[in-house]
Amino acid sequence: MLIFTLMKLKLLFVAILLIASCKNSKEEPSTVLTTQNLDKEQVVKENGIELEIYDFDGLKPLLNKKDDKVYVVNFWATWCAPCVKELPAFEELYSNYKTNKVEVLLVSLDFPHQFESKLKPFIKKRELKSKVVVLDDVDSNSWIPQISKDWSGSIPATIIYNNENRIFYEQSFTYNELEKELKNFLN
Amino acid sequence: MNKTVKLIAVALVIIVVAAFTVPTTNVENDGYKIGDIVEDFTLTNIDGKKVSLSDYKDELGIIVTFTCNTCPYAVMYEDRIIALDKKYTPKKYPVLAIMPNNVAVKPGDNLEAMKQRAEEKGFTFPYLIDAKQDVYPKFGATKTPHVYVLDKSESGFIVSYIGAIDDNYKDASSVTQKYVENAVDALIEGEEFSPKETKAIGCSIKK
Repeated sequence: MLIFTLMKLKLLFVAILLIASCKNSKEEPSTVLTTQNLDKEQVVKENGIELEIYDFDGLKPLLNKKDDKVYVVNFWATWCAPCVKELPAFEELYSNYKTNKVEVLLVSLDFPHQFESKLKPFIKKRELKSKVVVLDDVDSNSWIPQISKDWSGSIPATIIYNNENRIFYEQSFTYNELEKELKNFLN
Repeated sequence: MNKTVKLIAVALVIIVVAAFTVPTTNVENDGYKIGDIVEDFTLTNIDGKKVSLSDYKDELGIIVTFTCNTCPYAVMYEDRIIALDKKYTPKKYPVLAIMPNNVAVKPGDNLEAMKQRAEEKGFTFPYLIDAKQDVYPKFGATKTPHVYVLDKSESGFIVSYIGAIDDNYKDASSVTQKYVENAVDALIEGEEFSPKETKAIGCSIKK
């Protein structure tokens, strides 16, 4: 079943890549990203990297999936040094636990004017395997408390959740600390 | 003897229960809340002089802003912090900026760099360094920028607003809510205001 799903995903990915490469040849390479409030997700494809950009309403479903998986969601940005430092821990966690129904989602808070110049080159260079999406929503006072009433807004910040439990962390992680927290969800 | 055994048993039970209780949150913040009186502190300014909260005898309040050179969010707000100081110093609510980061972690925030940045930008307010990192924890500041509007009362400076400067870090011209101005204007007029607390993304303070 899992293999089947993975195959389907792969097919989808190839299809998206094909569509993307076709589109790219026709369209202007630059995409306007200064929109203040995105109603729905934008998908920006360039250099073979696909970037899903959400406002908070768009991101919300990704923070509230109700299936049998454990989701590790990390809020980060390329300009945030402690975030970049702990990123390998999340990547390692993903590679070690992806077969145990664990998903890692890296929610970038990079600034729109740096999507092309900083974020995409970073994803490419680091060969990030976890899913990366962008949250671009200036009204942070409305969405920060929805993520956690205890979040002051500093990053890095992380949520680990499954359909039963959810813990929010406003802190940096080492691999061992992160794995220890994850294990609370895997029992 | 029996009592001691019982006590030990109880203690063990408590420890075991505590160890297995999953916390719902891992956030610690014992800083000032709205309505708290701020303790006096003394920090060094970029000109080498000491600045204390108690020096602000003639002011009606202070816009305490934790900020730094190296955080992109803080940098995006520099011009707006200067504008706040220019607008509210004549109304006796000046800006007092404090750099909370550990400069060993962020050398770009050391005193020399702070001086340079203040000169480049033409800071009109003190830019203090929390060199021992013992002032920002009292406030409960966690990030830059992080603003605390203080209002003077007979018993001292009262924390009256905590949070963001406004609701659009990207573009000052698209701001719809100027939280800090809203708070200070109301304090000047002696009126109630809301929100008293707001949240915004920022760079974690480097320990």
